Amino acid sequence: MTDEIKHEWPLFEVFVRAKRGLNHVHVGSLRAADHEMALHHARDLYTRRNEGVSIWVVRSDDVASSSPEEKEAFFAPSGDKVYRHPTYYSIPDSVPHI
Amino acid sequence: MSFDAAYEALTDHDDDARWAYGTGFADPLAGVDTTVPADVDRADLSAYCLALGDDALIMSHRLQQWVTRAPELEDELALANIALDLLGQARLLLSRAAEVEDAGRDEDVLAYQRDAAEFRNVRLAERTDADFAHLVARLLVFATWRLALLDRLTASGDPVLAAIGAKGVKEVTYHRDYAAQWVVRLGDGTPLSHERMQAAVDAVTPLIGELFRPHPTEVRLAAVAVAVDPSALRPEFDAVWAQVLKAATLRPAADVPDEADSGVSASVAQDGADRGGSSGGPAGAGRTDFAPDGGGRDGVHTAALADILAELQGVARSLPGSEW
Amino acid sequence: MTATSITDTDEKAFTETIAKDQRVEPRDWMPEGYRRTMIRQIAQHAHSEIIGMQPEGEWITRAPSLRRKAILLAKVQDEAGHGLYLYSAAETLGADRGDLTRRLIEGRQKYSSIFNYPTLSFADVGVIGWLVDGAAICNQVPLCRSSYGPYARAMIRICKEESFHQRQGYELLMTMMRGTPAQREMVQDAVNRWWWPSLMMFGPPDDQSPNSAQSMAWKIKRHSNDELRQRFVDMSVPQAEALGVTLPDPELRWNDERGHWDFGPIDWSELKRVISGDGPCNALRIENRRRADEEGAWVREAAAAHARRRQEAGA
Repeated sequence: MTDEIKHEWPLFEVFVRAKRGLNHVHVGSLRAADHEMALHHARDLYTRRNEGVSIWVVRSDDVASSSPEEKEAFFAPSGDKVYRHPTYYSIPDSVPHI
Repeated sequence: MSFDAAYEALTDHDDDARWAYGTGFADPLAGVDTTVPADVDRADLSAYCLALGDDALIMSHRLQQWVTRAPELEDELALANIALDLLGQARLLLSRAAEVEDAGRDEDVLAYQRDAAEFRNVRLAERTDADFAHLVARLLVFATWRLALLDRLTASGDPVLAAIGAKGVKEVTYHRDYAAQWVVRLGDGTPLSHERMQAAVDAVTPLIGELFRPHPTEVRLAAVAVAVDPSALRPEFDAVWAQVLKAATLRPAADVPDEADSGVSASVAQDGADRGGSSGGPAGAGRTDFAPDGGGRDGVHTAALADILAELQGVARSLPGSEW
Repeated sequence: MTATSITDTDEKAFTETIAKDQRVEPRDWMPEGYRRTMIRQIAQHAHSEIIGMQPEGEWITRAPSLRRKAILLAKVQDEAGHGLYLYSAAETLGADRGDLTRRLIEGRQKYSSIFNYPTLSFADVGVIGWLVDGAAICNQVPLCRSSYGPYARAMIRICKEESFHQRQGYELLMTMMRGTPAQREMVQDAVNRWWWPSLMMFGPPDDQSPNSAQSMAWKIKRHSNDELRQRFVDMSVPQAEALGVTLPDPELRWNDERGHWDFGPIDWSELKRVISGDGPCNALRIENRRRADEEGAWVREAAAAHARRRQEAGA
């Protein structure tokens, strides 16, 4: 790594909670020297139009991710567990509120 | 998707909950009673709103000058945000000044048609920034002072000033935090940045005294609980300033003579009391770097303000009678 | 499983994703050519947003009313934001923003040539909003369905935010056209200068656009240059009429048979000249960017040094 690269700020991933009751959602990334700066920048960059009530920032280096090659092993097993889905169970239309 | 429905296509990829475009845009003066309180001198109130508005307008102008040349793109956004906040405050305050004055002027007439000696901003706001360290030092001083001021203004007897104060507190809290973080990073960064940050602190210090020297208008309005007596803000300012400098490993610029002080400061405030709020400073005193007989609140400015006004007002004045 | 068979599977998965109109995501396998094309296109788009701040940015401090000043400041700020969304999308492909910035200031990567024209009066702010942002929207709306997920998502956000950019420009022009004769003249003059460069924003004609076919196949691009250009002309003519300005093209006339407006030939030699760096403001725009980058270096270094020190102290 060259000296020049070392002076660049690390990448952070930004998650915004749009309003109370919703999950934080990934909205993009930005560069900052530290976490405080990342939060400031995230506010200015991703909530200019009142889009959020809460922000998380995470160093991109710290995000562990499943790889697409493992897709089958990771996600296929839940594909057949149809009994997790509410539509699996047939209930007569005459039964209300279920 | 039909290409004709290009805009609609934007929404079918988008659930509003995901991006939740802000619906929280509120008129800060909604529901606020705009009648001037009975025991308040209209000329004083107008002059006071003008002064606080000019502070914001001129400081915003200096920040606007950083747009497209900030040290990093993220800071372009931050500085533009701060400039926009202050411009918003300026518009509310100038509009209030015009409304209370009731002489047919509006925010634009006040911003574009006055000359330097009629501006009432503190001279800290007009100072040119030699580099980014100077900008953040000046912004820290400005925001710390203004936050303390706006915070007390929320209790003003003028409901409009109270509402402007309440809106401003939220904004300026962020400005102060942004500036403080940068002062600490640069002070405690590299040897070069430390040196530049210290030079900036030394350069801005002589402009601090003026911020806390009450103008007769402020004294009279503070007596009826409409304005804030700036001298009361000093302890809060000093505490924050010292704390940030310490965290930034910087030394306070000790024994720096106050630029506007030079032995007449206290008497200006006293003598000025019977001079009337809007009469202003001596005519033609607008282009000095050293002002022995008053400060920005009296209309005494440095050459830097004339430069700002040339830029700010040039287009508007070259096309008289135009609507924009 | 052999390496070859993995590649075959990967390529098949990629082709299927594109065929099914689904999005390619950052960690998916993708052909090197696709990755390169994507990085180049997103980077050029990001550079255009950042360089595009300059022609209008020059007027923020000079805006003739406080309302116009606030609008313009918010708009130029949006452009910085849009540049950042796009750099962020490029970084998901393994590009590095610092490296892309160096390519820009060393002249190794392009940006939209439209920003190499000067802004001579405040009417230019309005005309840029109306015509330049209008053309950009025509180009960008289809990109919201680009096959690369992060780019498409960035474009959705950008298009939503830019919807006010064009409207503010047009509104400014309407106000000026209702104003003094001098103001009306300023508007017409600005329209005269920006009309043809706006048409050139859609790129060379289809029969001279070598990369287009592959980009269309990969669904990076959705419509041809000429198609989008015609669309823009058709949109702009009635808008010009409503405004009361004349578009500077004597050959502009409605073609009943085609159901479109015919327009005169574009001077492509001028576009080539501007793209190759000979435009009125190329050197200035790059120089400004380079200076901001250089003058900010000590600040960025200080912040990095401070963060390292704090991390070491905390560890």
